[in-house]
Amino acid sequence: MNTELLGIIATYALTLVIAIPLGKYLAKVFAGEKVWTDFLKPLESGIFKLSGINPKEEMNWKQHMKALLTINLVWLVYGFFVLIYQDKLPLNPDGNPGMTPDLSFNTVISFVVNCDLQHYSGESGVTYLTQHVVMMFLMFVSCATGIASAVVFFKAFRDKTTVKLGNFWDFFVKSITRLLLPLSLVVALILAFNGTPTSYEAKDQFISVQGDTVNVSRGPAAGMIAIKHLGTNGGGWFGVNSAHPLENPNYLTNSVELIAQVIIPIAMVIAFGIFIRRRKLAWIIFGVMTIGMFLLLIPTVSSELGGNPALAKMGISQTTGAMEGKEVRFGPAISGYWSTVTTIISTGSVNNMHDSTMPLTGTWQLLGMMINSFYGGCGVGILNYFIYLIIAVFISGLMVGRTPEFLGHKVEAREVKIAALITLLSPFLILAGTAIASYVFTSHGAADWAVQPQNWLNNPGFHGFSEMLYEVTSSNANNGSGFEGLGDNNIFWNVLTGFVLLIGRFLPIIGPVAIAGLLGAKKYIPESAGTLKTDTLTFGLMTFAVIIVLNALSYFPALALGPLAEYFTMLK
Amino acid sequence: MVLLCVIYPLIVAFAGGFSKGNGGGEKITKNGKVVGYALLGQSFTQAEYFWGRPSAVGYNAAGSAGSNKGPSNPDYLQQVSDRIDTLLKYNPSLKKADIPADMVTASGSGLDPNISEQGAIIQIKRIAAYRKLDEKTVAELVVKNTQGPLFGLFGPSSVNVLKLNLALDELKK
Repeated sequence: MNTELLGIIATYALTLVIAIPLGKYLAKVFAGEKVWTDFLKPLESGIFKLSGINPKEEMNWKQHMKALLTINLVWLVYGFFVLIYQDKLPLNPDGNPGMTPDLSFNTVISFVVNCDLQHYSGESGVTYLTQHVVMMFLMFVSCATGIASAVVFFKAFRDKTTVKLGNFWDFFVKSITRLLLPLSLVVALILAFNGTPTSYEAKDQFISVQGDTVNVSRGPAAGMIAIKHLGTNGGGWFGVNSAHPLENPNYLTNSVELIAQVIIPIAMVIAFGIFIRRRKLAWIIFGVMTIGMFLLLIPTVSSELGGNPALAKMGISQTTGAMEGKEVRFGPAISGYWSTVTTIISTGSVNNMHDSTMPLTGTWQLLGMMINSFYGGCGVGILNYFIYLIIAVFISGLMVGRTPEFLGHKVEAREVKIAALITLLSPFLILAGTAIASYVFTSHGAADWAVQPQNWLNNPGFHGFSEMLYEVTSSNANNGSGFEGLGDNNIFWNVLTGFVLLIGRFLPIIGPVAIAGLLGAKKYIPESAGTLKTDTLTFGLMTFAVIIVLNALSYFPALALGPLAEYFTMLK
Repeated sequence: MVLLCVIYPLIVAFAGGFSKGNGGGEKITKNGKVVGYALLGQSFTQAEYFWGRPSAVGYNAAGSAGSNKGPSNPDYLQQVSDRIDTLLKYNPSLKKADIPADMVTASGSGLDPNISEQGAIIQIKRIAAYRKLDEKTVAELVVKNTQGPLFGLFGPSSVNVLKLNLALDELKK
């Protein structure tokens, strides 16, 4: 067991060792300073020339958001049709069928918004072509969208007063060429040499030792698995994601995939500090996020190592911890670490089945997604955190009787209104969505859908409620993991989560960028004795308290009905 | 888009061609015939082989899935209790308290190629009896096929069931 805990510590330590220099590098790239990857410049200017973009043109925040929404809309339409007609397109050696319109609607949205909720199974639901030109392509660009938005936000605080926030396309292309593509290549190669398939061959068939005929799904998976983690996307090549032995062959690749998904979110925080020349603020933010992570991680790992009390009653040995839905090569400790990491940042890939984890673990997973900013997704994590920051600035301003200010800009009614609306949005979507689902489940159980509502749930009682709550929470957080027992490929879930995904993605990007744009345009007030300092420990604690109070108030009743109720009944 | 969807995957595919199994997954052969993939578990139900973990999909390598059973689900608990009974039936000398959880719970992928060391140890007696082998020989084989933690430091140790069983077949000759 000690080796298992050591594994977690080593993985996290290595994450920091990579993420901190990466943050410094990113700050330089986006500030346009000289870096060693400048040899890629011709490639970038080639891309700009081809698409007729002038990367030097400065945009204000509204133009940025217009560019972002336009290109995302184009991807949505494009992906939707490719998925529906995938059976008629080439590179489909397994002869998989096209998607139904509602499934395609859900899938394309979920990949555009960096969520990768998968209501299909990778082996039978998509083709090699769509895995590339839809899934993998969207993984790159959705992550780059998040990073570019975060850079716009950085830009607003770099100079004293400014409306010029750089060029969206410039940030976007650089996120891909300077960051995602090179790193993906490294990760993909590590995976390939540990056994993840890369070739385009179709399904294989063999006769097993006992004489059974076995079909084996495979395909060029390594490249996609790399970006799925780096870009905090999380959509797997195979149905069971990174629990699949070909997707995640051994403990080493498991750690590599774990590191890959956390480095960019951490690096973005570090880059923020350097970029706006306030390193202390970044370290405080990083500290709060890290404490938040450990507060979720420690109870998760301990509840998984503790094993299932119901199995303990049967008298078997659980020295290895709870093993349902887990793989022996990882063990429960690092699986617990994975489930924490994948929910606090918005990856949503899994190496164990969350539906089968212990009830308390389920609580921490849900809470991680509800907060969604302890590191958070690529780029969007820090944007989510910024909303909490503004609320904290506002509340502490009221408490001490000073004008709320952030980095020398007055925070006024308009900004606070936006922040409050975004904070209210998540609970609204999650709770209303779950409520509608519960209503349909109880009152329209026999509705004529692909999966009848009465058959949705794979588990009875409180756990069944958790399955629905988890699905909506995961959609809102753009996370993409699930309590996969839920029968979610039908028109109800496809449409409901589709809309939750869209709203849960774009408003929380537009909100913070708008606040930053508005603040950045305001007159700069030099710091004085009357300024509320945001880069102190006290303020860090304040933000932390705001995060906890807001989330506890919003979600405690729902959590109490689901995983907590299950936990207490199991204790009996 | 060309860069991301064509050039990047092709580089990976090209490089992957140099790995074990040439990018198609590492295969294991016996008497010149492919009998499985090193990384994919397969179903072993006969008493003379080491069994793998229960699988929610019967080790279907074209449709991986876990059971997704919640920890308090009564059907699931019944299933586990049945698995315990089966194990006890086939391994009469086995004590309940020695059964490790991984042998009675379904894996996440349904394709878990490994079992825990303890999971193999509890089956030694049965295998030795069926194959008329010395218990010590079988035990040595288990030790030989146990993969320790990564670099001896990180993570759990595990036993690859397919490799162990093939080694067992070799022994017979």
